Amino acid sequence: MVIVGAGECGTRAAFALREAGYEGSVTLVGKEPHLPYERPPLSKPSNGKVTPKLIANEERFVEADITLLTDDPVTSIDAEAMSVRLQSGRTIPYAKLLLATGTQPRALPVEGGEHAVTFRTLEDARAIFKAAETADRAVLIGAGLIGLELASALRDRDIGVTVVEVADRALGRAVPAELAEIIVAKHRDKGVTFRFGTGIDKVEPSSVTLTDGTKVEGDLIIAAIGVIPDTALAETAGLEVGNGIKVDDRLRTSVPDIFAAGDCASALHPFYGKHMRFESWRNAQDQGEAAARNMVGGDNAFARVPWFWSDQYDLGLQITGMPDPSHRVITRQLPNNARLLFHLADDGRLMATSGIGTGNAVAKDIRLAEMLIEKGLSPDADALSDTSVNLKKLLRG
Amino acid sequence: MTNWIDACAKDDIDEEDVIRFDHDGKTYAIYRSPDDEFFCTDGLCTHEQVHLADGLVMDYVIECPKHNGQFDYRNGEAKRAPVCNHLGTYQTRIEGDRVLIGLG
Repeated sequence: MVIVGAGECGTRAAFALREAGYEGSVTLVGKEPHLPYERPPLSKPSNGKVTPKLIANEERFVEADITLLTDDPVTSIDAEAMSVRLQSGRTIPYAKLLLATGTQPRALPVEGGEHAVTFRTLEDARAIFKAAETADRAVLIGAGLIGLELASALRDRDIGVTVVEVADRALGRAVPAELAEIIVAKHRDKGVTFRFGTGIDKVEPSSVTLTDGTKVEGDLIIAAIGVIPDTALAETAGLEVGNGIKVDDRLRTSVPDIFAAGDCASALHPFYGKHMRFESWRNAQDQGEAAARNMVGGDNAFARVPWFWSDQYDLGLQITGMPDPSHRVITRQLPNNARLLFHLADDGRLMATSGIGTGNAVAKDIRLAEMLIEKGLSPDADALSDTSVNLKKLLRG
Repeated sequence: MTNWIDACAKDDIDEEDVIRFDHDGKTYAIYRSPDDEFFCTDGLCTHEQVHLADGLVMDYVIECPKHNGQFDYRNGEAKRAPVCNHLGTYQTRIEGDRVLIGLG
């Protein structure tokens, strides 16, 4: 078994192969020089230090008899010969191959875009928080989750922050407007300046010129305008791609014996009835595990709905499912200004639930809502809005 | 010798739920099981120091609110990745309507 990509997904898959009882060889190939580490903590360094949190230490790889190759990216796949070729020239044969190649940050496609740093890897995090030690003002391009988490981390260091967003609101892709407004209000309270509805004309080493002609000064300029699935390798093997590597509900690609999972995979999802690509930590884990089981003889569809969280200042946001503006929204007001939004389809089926509160105030309910969604339930709207009704009761009927 | 600490009233915890209890610079999680027994574990997940009391209790399992790591709260056993280290557990005792936890 060969796994390409030693992030959360690939690493989880390697261990899951062993947990499934597979006793043959397992090789995990990563392009970064480090032991596999968790990415979510990178935007939340404690005490100003970016310290990698390892997914597993060296000892655990040895114990599980997983061969970990770092700093040696796979450069091509030969699907006929069933082997992969590494940058070092080494060739490794496979019986089954898993592509967990993840994503790359989107580069800013404007003049001087290279002056805006991007954020994905441990090196990126170290560079940004090192620069933050001496920076006075930061310009963050993109008001998505990564951009706003960084804004929060930089404000905690008392660095001035301007967030520039081409859309007319923050978090437009993943978060309902009502919750995005709460988050933006918190950022404003903390002193962040927002410039919505304006693009970038050009970037210079210490300023950004907006499309409306204004110039925003900053000694730290970060572009967080989304990510692109890393499909280059898949394309060398002739795999079908389209917003990610196309896989079926078993996470099999269009080429036999090659699977794909995690951020790079666009999987046929039974719940949504179409191909979906998710970019969250838990999906990376879950799909990695599911692919591993199917690689060693399992035959299970991957059907989990997505779930993610984001912490900004003292606010914790959690969302499960895919909220859509077409949904009917039922609000449940919780103590201490925490709030849940239940997103219902036309037929009353619960499709998504989003929530925000201090710390992890909404975590329990979001987790229960996820189970309600996965069971395909259509809970009574009055029960959903009634704080005295425990969601657990709705789940168990 | 066990040092028994009066932690809370029985009714402070809903059935099949958990609350946080801080004592002497440490944090604990106290659980009420579906069959009305009380249990106590360390308060923080062994993975990333998240308060477990914000997590969901289903039957005898507590799930971390951040990473979905799971523990059996009766014995502290780690049940699902990413957690691999077990939780410390503590004795409990009921006196009238009070829940006591045994430390030290």
